[in-house]
Amino acid sequence: MKITQGAFSFLPDLTDAQIVKQIEYGLANGWAVSIEYTDDAHPRNVYWEMFGIPMFDIRDAAGVMSEVNACRKTFPNHYIKVNAFDASRGRESVRLSFIVNRPAEEPGYALVRAEGPGRTIHYTTRAYATERPEGARY
Amino acid sequence: MSAVIEGAKRMKTGAERYRAGVLKYAQMGYWQPDYAPTPTDVLAVFRISPQEGVEPEEAAAAVAGESSTATWTVVWTDRLTACERYRAKAYRVDPVPGSPGQFFAYIAYDLDLFEPGSIANLSASVIGNVFGFKPLKALRLEDMRFPTAYVKTFAGPPTGIVVERERLDKFGRPLLGATVKPKLGLSGKNYGRVVYEALKGGLDFTKDDENINSQPFMHWRDRFLYCMEAVNRSQAATGEVKGHYLNVTAATMEDMYERAEFAKELGSVVVMIDLVIGYTAIQSMSRWARRNDMILHLHRAGHSTYTRQKSHGVSFRVICKWMRLAGVDHLHAGTVVGKLEGDPNSVQGFYNVLREGHNPMDLSRGIFFEQDWAGLNGVMPVASGGIHAGQMHQLLHYLGEDTVLQFGGGTIGHPMGIAAGATANRVALEAMVLARNEGRDIWTEGPQILADAARHCAPLKAALDTWGEVTFNYASTDTPDFVPTPSVA
Repeated sequence: MKITQGAFSFLPDLTDAQIVKQIEYGLANGWAVSIEYTDDAHPRNVYWEMFGIPMFDIRDAAGVMSEVNACRKTFPNHYIKVNAFDASRGRESVRLSFIVNRPAEEPGYALVRAEGPGRTIHYTTRAYATERPEGARY
Repeated sequence: MSAVIEGAKRMKTGAERYRAGVLKYAQMGYWQPDYAPTPTDVLAVFRISPQEGVEPEEAAAAVAGESSTATWTVVWTDRLTACERYRAKAYRVDPVPGSPGQFFAYIAYDLDLFEPGSIANLSASVIGNVFGFKPLKALRLEDMRFPTAYVKTFAGPPTGIVVERERLDKFGRPLLGATVKPKLGLSGKNYGRVVYEALKGGLDFTKDDENINSQPFMHWRDRFLYCMEAVNRSQAATGEVKGHYLNVTAATMEDMYERAEFAKELGSVVVMIDLVIGYTAIQSMSRWARRNDMILHLHRAGHSTYTRQKSHGVSFRVICKWMRLAGVDHLHAGTVVGKLEGDPNSVQGFYNVLREGHNPMDLSRGIFFEQDWAGLNGVMPVASGGIHAGQMHQLLHYLGEDTVLQFGGGTIGHPMGIAAGATANRVALEAMVLARNEGRDIWTEGPQILADAARHCAPLKAALDTWGEVTFNYASTDTPDFVPTPSVA
């Protein structure tokens, strides 16, 4: 399977040139770009690890892209995403987020059903990969 | 103008004002052309069509009177109150451009005329008795301005656009949805199949239609159970958060609370209600949603009975403002390009009212007043009805990013199946957002961007081949009255 989180997961993997253009779009809007990685891409894992703090002061896309490549070099078989953060009042949240690196094999998730009264079922989504400890999953 | 008519418009005072009998509304003090609205007044603008022989100023005064303190005759008991303050004041009347016999009447209401935090009370005043008033052939509430002091008496949307995106972990693109079709007749098991296929294929949300409640062919509990199986299966299949708008609309609040509690127990992120349940029920469900961390979707069932015709009723932009105050997270607000009524400028006006923190006066989009939302959460507008993947560039151009694009027939009617229909829409959307962010002119290059994306996506190619040329080009009835770059100052 292929995890389809992020804004562009239904497209062919973005090239570095395409990634740079999206970073440029974020910077042109005055947003701070950040890089996060994880080997636990559960749909409700909102805290991926930060590869440094958001780059509030880096205003050129090439500089951001070199950080993306540094993260890829350190974590070649992790999920890595690029976020653009908008600190303006009323938003103060991520404005764009897309995956730029993913494990070669994505085994996906098991759905565990706990049957309750009245035909109700409580569901647990469990990644096959997270049965192994962090750092040894992919 | 004759002295007689001028006299009929002049406010009478003292003993002359309160002599038993009938006076013109203008003479009773409801027409005050010199009145300057205060920052805490609630303002309304009505489109009035006076009967033959009724002066527009008198008609405007009558609307002000009947929507505030007046009755048809003088009553001395006015003098037991601070009646000058409680009287609504018609302070301005303008002819409607290009519409002889119609006028825009501006009316100011003192803040203390309204109970804090109650749309029922607000609407009982401004659209209560007055719409059946005989001296008017027709009457339409066009727009309202709410002072910050009044806005702050409402809690507003329980989730809001920003928090909804954070909960769903979806940023930088419109959300995608579909309404399950056929809207009536499917069993629970078959219904859940449509939900599963559509969500697995790439949609973020699926949706009950407005009239799916608890019918002989599908009991509500059955629908909820099968839909949540589908939601959880699709989450596991994609690694994304998914949702199905479970419609909890029912005959009584007790029934709605029971259904909403069951949706919560099953882990749904969203529940849905219909506009026809009424303003008080909507506010009650908003409180419930806020207490239970639930996104609240509102389907505007019934609105066209009073929003569509320009001469009489309530503009949808007013409904948008009331629903933002009442507190819903999603509201259907038009597609521009789909099968249902929606002039581009009017629809953009609705979207701005729902989403922006502050609306400047914008007559070309039908916005008559500046409105500050005072930190109230934004409502996510929903575009639904006769839209398809081939229109993606137009949808993104007109509607922007904070919206839910709902392709019902455009997903379920796909020649390769429901999941393929969903994938076609998702690929079209992502390709268009990518291109827009790259600085490309999607309005003119849109069809080429879609054709290029279809080269790596057979479902998108099939969708474009099936629906690429389908359009709904009919004249809109509800259009702004002002040409671009106007000024009423």
